[in-house]
Amino acid sequence: MNELAFLRDTVGPGPAGTAGSNAQHATPALAEADRLMTVCNSCRYCEGLCAVFPAMEMRRSFSDGDLNYLANLCHNCGACYYDCQFSPPHEFSVHVPATLAQVRTESYAQYVWPRAFAGVFARNGLFIAIALAVAVAGFIAGFVAWTDTGVLLGTHTGPGAFYKLMPHNTMVLIFGAAALFAVLAIGMGIRAFWRDIGEPDGALRDTGSVWQAMKDAGRLRHLGGSGAGCMNEGERASNRRRAYHHLTFYGFMLCFASTSTATLYHYLLGMQAPYPWYDLPVVLGTVGGIGLVIGPIGLLHEKWRRDPDLSEGTPFGMDVAFLLMLLLTSITGLALLVLRATPAMGLLLALHLGVVFALFVTMPYGKFVHGIYRLLALVRAARELKH
Amino acid sequence: MTAPTPSTKAEHDVIVIGGGNAALCAAISARTEGATVLVLEAADAFWRGGNTRHTRNMRCAHDAATESLSGPYSEAEFFDDLLRVTKGKTDEALARFMIHESKSMLGWIEEQGVRWQPSLGGTLSLGRTNSFFLGGGRAMLNALYQTAEDLGVEIRYEAEVTDIEIEDGHFRSVTVGAERIPARALVAAAGGFESNIEWLKRYWGEAADNFLIRGTRNNRGTVLRLLLDNDVREVGDPTQCHAVAIDARAPKYDGGIITRLDCVVFGIVVNRKAERFYDEGEDIWPKRYAIWGRLVAAQPDQIAFILFDASSLKMFMPSLYPPISAPTIPELAAKLELDPSALEETVAAFNAACRPGTFDDKILDDCSTEGLSPPKTHWARPLVEAPFYAYPVRPGITFTYLGVRVDQDARMTMKDGRGSANMFAAGEIMAGNVLGEGYAAGIGMTIGAVFGRIAGREAARSALS
Repeated sequence: MNELAFLRDTVGPGPAGTAGSNAQHATPALAEADRLMTVCNSCRYCEGLCAVFPAMEMRRSFSDGDLNYLANLCHNCGACYYDCQFSPPHEFSVHVPATLAQVRTESYAQYVWPRAFAGVFARNGLFIAIALAVAVAGFIAGFVAWTDTGVLLGTHTGPGAFYKLMPHNTMVLIFGAAALFAVLAIGMGIRAFWRDIGEPDGALRDTGSVWQAMKDAGRLRHLGGSGAGCMNEGERASNRRRAYHHLTFYGFMLCFASTSTATLYHYLLGMQAPYPWYDLPVVLGTVGGIGLVIGPIGLLHEKWRRDPDLSEGTPFGMDVAFLLMLLLTSITGLALLVLRATPAMGLLLALHLGVVFALFVTMPYGKFVHGIYRLLALVRAARELKH
Repeated sequence: MTAPTPSTKAEHDVIVIGGGNAALCAAISARTEGATVLVLEAADAFWRGGNTRHTRNMRCAHDAATESLSGPYSEAEFFDDLLRVTKGKTDEALARFMIHESKSMLGWIEEQGVRWQPSLGGTLSLGRTNSFFLGGGRAMLNALYQTAEDLGVEIRYEAEVTDIEIEDGHFRSVTVGAERIPARALVAAAGGFESNIEWLKRYWGEAADNFLIRGTRNNRGTVLRLLLDNDVREVGDPTQCHAVAIDARAPKYDGGIITRLDCVVFGIVVNRKAERFYDEGEDIWPKRYAIWGRLVAAQPDQIAFILFDASSLKMFMPSLYPPISAPTIPELAAKLELDPSALEETVAAFNAACRPGTFDDKILDDCSTEGLSPPKTHWARPLVEAPFYAYPVRPGITFTYLGVRVDQDARMTMKDGRGSANMFAAGEIMAGNVLGEGYAAGIGMTIGAVFGRIAGREAARSALS
């Protein structure tokens, strides 16, 4: 072929002369995401797979805010990697899930409050492990310091048994403060995300879009591949990841419902925990707890079996840390239920409360936030489709 | 390769050469008929599937709208479309038969695990006629491979066939590396020869060096050549192919869909002499995109430039590479290594010839030139709003039409006019039976799927009888 200089001089800096729509990006991952969206926008074969590509098609250029939005909209189902004729080793080197996973993790750090915690996402496994160790040690030390050994290692039954180890008001104070802090930090993150992607504050009052987003999230619609499921070990789709996520999420929600019901029992009905096994808080907690055991184990299993090519860019430590925290919460909770009438109850309670406390305070600083930002991204996607 | 040469006793009923849509449809169909099937794909697992990985839809006749198709598309209308694009150069009986068979393909392909979706956003108004694959051609291909594997079809990658043993129109065996593999019947579905630049040069001369190949680098025509050299009857004009104008900066092979440019109708197209050479507004783009590859191939150095101004920039789908831009026409010419005064003259002459009208790119509007040769008969608007843009384009070859002659059983016809006992063909390797010239979007996949399914079935029957 006769070489014409301008053909070489007018291409972009990316693989095979490809380029993004903007030269300026905050990080290399964002620049790569811009390049990929520019490639994808000229193809559009993946349009029917999920919400990311229809949202992409509404744009011709991609700012950092746009890319953070698209990255959080991506459910990492992997379909577009296996369906792409340009994925590596093709010279265009299109790997959307890997790049968006990277952008997504970076965005968590960008939105974190207070800003000083931005670094915890990079070494999240270590951070969560330390938080857990400190919390559990703190509760055990507290129990040992403030309770008689006889009480700590004694057998307690009947209403108020738990509160012999820790007064109810102390428990409410500690966990109320932890929960309020988590809510505040997550709220600040929501604000940062919403502003970064350029949505007006009032947009969250669009109840139709919020409801649509909640339905899409509740069903994991975009992890469903229109019925076939998502990719994990290879190009064969399955619904296992989705099923395990449902067990995890709804298990978590049932546990939350259990705690809420117990609170109402305590304050409205004057009934003190522990409750009999057939009572609502225990039934909700047990069923939820079982879901929260099977779900995280299943998700961990799927994670281990994930195609290494596909899991590229996905923050393994952060995902595993969160799943293990959920698993520890459910296992210690169920153990407490089974052994609550034995001398092991005191230390198990300390352990369970320590785990739950660590889960609460680390929520804004780990994988938990994926659900928040994804739901918000789904709200925006629903709004964009309407307008 | 150390595998010993096996005995002449065939382990497989049917051998399918190729790994794309036609090959997999043939393999699935033969296996479903009860035959044991071996698929020999020259590429590795990632690159499998030849040009199918770059496709996105298939044109099938249908009586009524479906979830993914916006309205009916009758056999008669399909045939009219085919006649128009091929200018009548088609085997009418075979074409009508294929179109009739295409009706049942929508269901059959879906049964093989392929999923449909409505036509893609911003695509060429194909929503009524063409069925789009959810996730594109590679997703379609992955589904076919999974189905074939589940049925027990044996698939070998990096298994390039280098020889075919044929005795008096009767297939005996293929050679892969040092291994001779016999079988009772053959389906050849190994594509055209467009990636074989030396072969293209026989007809195009040195110009072929400047062609870009939109699809796989594996379609070197080896199997086609072996068949033609073994007395299989040839069909088609060797210079005819599916050729579109694609971005000249695209890679030599496998640039696929994203290097195409849909902006010809919005501006003018000039060659290296900065001269226009064809009516850019002859017809709506989906009906004309497939002629521009040949038009550019006929220009000096096989390169041309689509020029447009700022008013048109956002009227067409974004493409892979950014357009080259400049504040004035002479500066743009300098960037494109064109003669600035010649380009300025061409643009000025075009601008002066544009008659006022109401621009509408969805219909054949009344914006045309007057007294200009060649004219621009629709969508002619002066290029006046800076900055000015250009896309350099080269011929992008999708696939060639030279092939083997087949009948309605997809059975190869030998030079003496008899049908081969046990050799069948499907896909691009026999597309020339239906496509004498021209192209209609999605018809390559129709040819592959319809004749693939028939070839597999007939090969199985031949092998098992």
